[in-house]
Amino acid sequence: MRTLIFRTIAPYLTSLMVLFSIFVLLRGHNEPGGGFIGGLIAASAFAIYGIACGVSPVRRALYFHPMAISGCGLLVSALSGLVSIFEEMPFLTGQWGVIEVLGVPVDISTVLFFDIGVYLVVVGSITSVALALEEREHA
Amino acid sequence: METALSATVGIFFAVAIYLMLSKHIIRILLGVAIFGNAVNLTIFTAGRVMREVPPIIPEALIAPDAATANPLPQALILTAIVISFSFFAFLLVLAFRAYQELGSDDTDTMRVAEPESEDLPPLGY
Amino acid sequence: MAVDPGKTVDLAHAMVMKPVAAADWLVVAPVVIPLVFGAVILMLRHETRMHASIAIAALVATLAANIGLLARVIETGPLVMTMGRWLPPFGISFAADALGASLALVATLVALVCAIYSLSDIGSIGRRYGFYTFMLLMMAGVGGAFLTGDIFNLYVWFEVFLISSFGLLVLGSEHRQLDGATKYAILNLVATTLFLTATAFLYGIFGTLNMADIARKVDGLRDTAPLMTLGVMYLLAFGMKAAAFPVNFWLPASYHTPRIVTAALFGGILTKVGVYALLRTLVMLFPPELALLSGLIAWVAGLTMVIGIMGALAQTDLRRALGFVVISGVGVMMAGLALGTGEGLSGTIFYAFHSMIVMAALYLLAGVMNGVGGSYSIRTLSGLYGAHPMLAAFALLLMLAAAGLPPASGLWPKVMLVRASLDAGYPWLAFTILATGLLTTLALGRVFILTIWRPRAEERLAAAVSPRLGYTVLAALSLPIVIMGLYPDPVIRVAQIAAGNLLDAAPYIGTVYPGGGGQ
Repeated sequence: MRTLIFRTIAPYLTSLMVLFSIFVLLRGHNEPGGGFIGGLIAASAFAIYGIACGVSPVRRALYFHPMAISGCGLLVSALSGLVSIFEEMPFLTGQWGVIEVLGVPVDISTVLFFDIGVYLVVVGSITSVALALEEREHA
Repeated sequence: METALSATVGIFFAVAIYLMLSKHIIRILLGVAIFGNAVNLTIFTAGRVMREVPPIIPEALIAPDAATANPLPQALILTAIVISFSFFAFLLVLAFRAYQELGSDDTDTMRVAEPESEDLPPLGY
Repeated sequence: MAVDPGKTVDLAHAMVMKPVAAADWLVVAPVVIPLVFGAVILMLRHETRMHASIAIAALVATLAANIGLLARVIETGPLVMTMGRWLPPFGISFAADALGASLALVATLVALVCAIYSLSDIGSIGRRYGFYTFMLLMMAGVGGAFLTGDIFNLYVWFEVFLISSFGLLVLGSEHRQLDGATKYAILNLVATTLFLTATAFLYGIFGTLNMADIARKVDGLRDTAPLMTLGVMYLLAFGMKAAAFPVNFWLPASYHTPRIVTAALFGGILTKVGVYALLRTLVMLFPPELALLSGLIAWVAGLTMVIGIMGALAQTDLRRALGFVVISGVGVMMAGLALGTGEGLSGTIFYAFHSMIVMAALYLLAGVMNGVGGSYSIRTLSGLYGAHPMLAAFALLLMLAAAGLPPASGLWPKVMLVRASLDAGYPWLAFTILATGLLTTLALGRVFILTIWRPRAEERLAAAVSPRLGYTVLAALSLPIVIMGLYPDPVIRVAQIAAGNLLDAAPYIGTVYPGGGGQ
C-alpha cells in the first residue's frame, strides 16, 4: 500500500478526515452525528495514516498513547455526568450554559462534554486496536 | 413484514447454532457473529416494524406530528452492535493468538489448560 | 432545548422535578468511583508505581459508598435514581435494594483485599498492561449489575465486566491462559447473547425494560404472553454465567489459568453476579414460572453441588480443585432458588456473601501456599505446618468455612437452606446439601493433610516470597468469616430483608414509581 501517491495524499486526507470528524462530533448536538461516529471517522483517519506511512509516525503524531486518550475520554464523560450533582438533579442530567464568543452566543452543555468523551474513547480504543494490528502486519 | 423477518431470524439462529456446534474455533466464531446478528434482528422485529418516519420532533412542536418508528429498539441494537463488534474483534485476535501459540484451532486438541493425562491426587503420604 | 415561546410545557409529565439530594447519589457512587479512577489509571499508564495506590484508594472509597448505601437501604427501603431526570421507564433507573446493595458491598470488600494482595502478585508489566484499569472497570461493571433497575442496562453492565474480565484473564499471555480464555470468552459471550435474546422477547412482550415496570405489568399479561419461555431463557443464560450444571464447563477450563489474584476475583465475585441475576429475574419478575420450574432447578442445584465437588476430589492442582468448589457452591445457592421461599432465599443470599469471601480467600491461600511452597500441586506441596504454622491456621479456618462447619460462616446459610428444603418438602435436597458438605470436608481435608501435615519430602529452597502480605489479606478476609460464623444475626437480618424485597416487590416498585405513577 506504500505507493507514492497514497503516501503523498495520506497526511492531507488524514487531516481532512480529522477535521470532518470534529465537525460530525459537534453537529451531533442536534442533528445526526455525534461522538461515536465522529470517533470512528477520526480512528479511520489514523488507520489510513498508519497504512500509508507506518505505525511509528502515527504514534509520534498522536503524542499521547491511544489508550491514554481513551482513558481521558472516559474521565471526561464520567465527570460531565457528575456536574448535575450541584443542581440537585440526577446523574447524567444535561446542564446548559451560554457563553459569548466574539459577540456570538454559544450553547455549552455537559451533553457536549459527554459526547467529546465518547469521541475520545472511540478514537483511542479503535486507533489502538488498528495500530496494534498494523504493527503486526509490518513486523 | 414481521413474518418474513421472523423467518429470517429463525434461519440466522439455526445457522449460528449449527456453526457453534463445530469443534473448530473459526467456525464457532462465525457462528457467534451470526448469533449476534440474529439477536439484533430479533430486537428489531420485537420492537414492531412500523413506519419509516424518523422519530424526530419538528421544530415548533412538542410532539411528533405523525406516527413514527419506535426509536428504542434501534438504540438497543446500536448498543448491542457496538458491544458485539468489540467482542468479535477481541475474540478474533484471541483465537488467532491461540492458533499461533497452540498450533491448532481444533477444540479437541486444545488441552493445554486441562491436560488429558493428569495424575490423580495421591491417596496417602 | 428551548421550547417554542408560545407554548408552555409541563415538564413534570416527562421529568423528575423533585430536587435530588446529594445523599441519593450513593446509588451511583459504587459505579462512578471505580469508573473515574479506572480512567485515571488508564491515562497514567506509564506511572506504574501509582497504579496500586490509586486503585486501593478508589476501592476504599467505593467500599465506603457501599456501606453508606446499604445502611441507607436497610433503614429507609430501596433507593432509586433515574438517569438524566427522565421519568421511568424512559430514563434508565438505578435502584438499590437490600439484595443489590449488600452483594455490591461484599464484592467491593473482596476486590479491595485482592487489590492489596496484587501488590505482590502483579509486577510492573502487568500494571502497564492495565491490570488495575481492568480490575476497576470490572468492579464498575459488577456494581452496575447489582444496582441497576433496567434489564437492558443489566446486559450492558454484564458486558462491561465480561470484557474487563477477558483483559484480566489473558494478562501474561501464557499458553494455558490463551487456551482457557478462548473457552471462557466464547461460552460467556454465548450466555450474554442468550440473555440479550431473552431481553429482546421481553421487550416485544412488555414494551418496557425497567424491571419495576415489568414487575407491575407482569400479572396482567400472564394469560396471554409466553412468560415461561422468558423464564427458561433467563434460567439458561444466567445459569451459564453462574456455572450451574450442565453449562458449567467453561469455569474449570479457565479459572485456574490467570494470575492467582485474578482467579480470586473471578472465583469470589463473577459467578455470584449470575446468581444475583437469576434471583432478580426469576424471583422478582416471574414467580409463578419459578414455582413451575422449581423441580427442574432443584435437580440442577443437586447435580451442580455433587458434580462440582466430585470434580474437586479428582484434582491434583489446587487451583483447579478450587474451581470445582466454586461450582459446588453455586449449586448450594441454586437450591434456595429452587425452593423460592423466604427462608430458602435468605439462605441463598447469606451463602452468596459467605461464598464470595471464602472462595476469594481460598484462592489467595493457594497463592500464598505457592509463594512459600513453590507449587500448586498437592503432590509436591508438603510440610507447610512446620515452616508456616500461621498459614496452617488460616487454611484450617477457610477449609472449615467452605465445608460449612463451625466456627466459620458457612454453617448458618446451610442450616437455613437445609431447614427450608425440609419445610418445602425436598428432603433429598437437604440430604444433598449435607452430603456435599461432607464431600467438601473430604476434598479440602485431604488438601490440608497433604499440604500442611505431610512431612516435607525433601529439603526445598527457602521461601521465595515472604508470606507477610498474604497473612494480612487472609486475616482481612478471615475476620468477616469468623464474625459471620459467631454472630450471624445482623447478616441473617440483611439476607431476610433482601429476600423479602424480592418476594414482595411492592416497595421496590413503589420507589421507582412514587405514588403509583402513571404511564
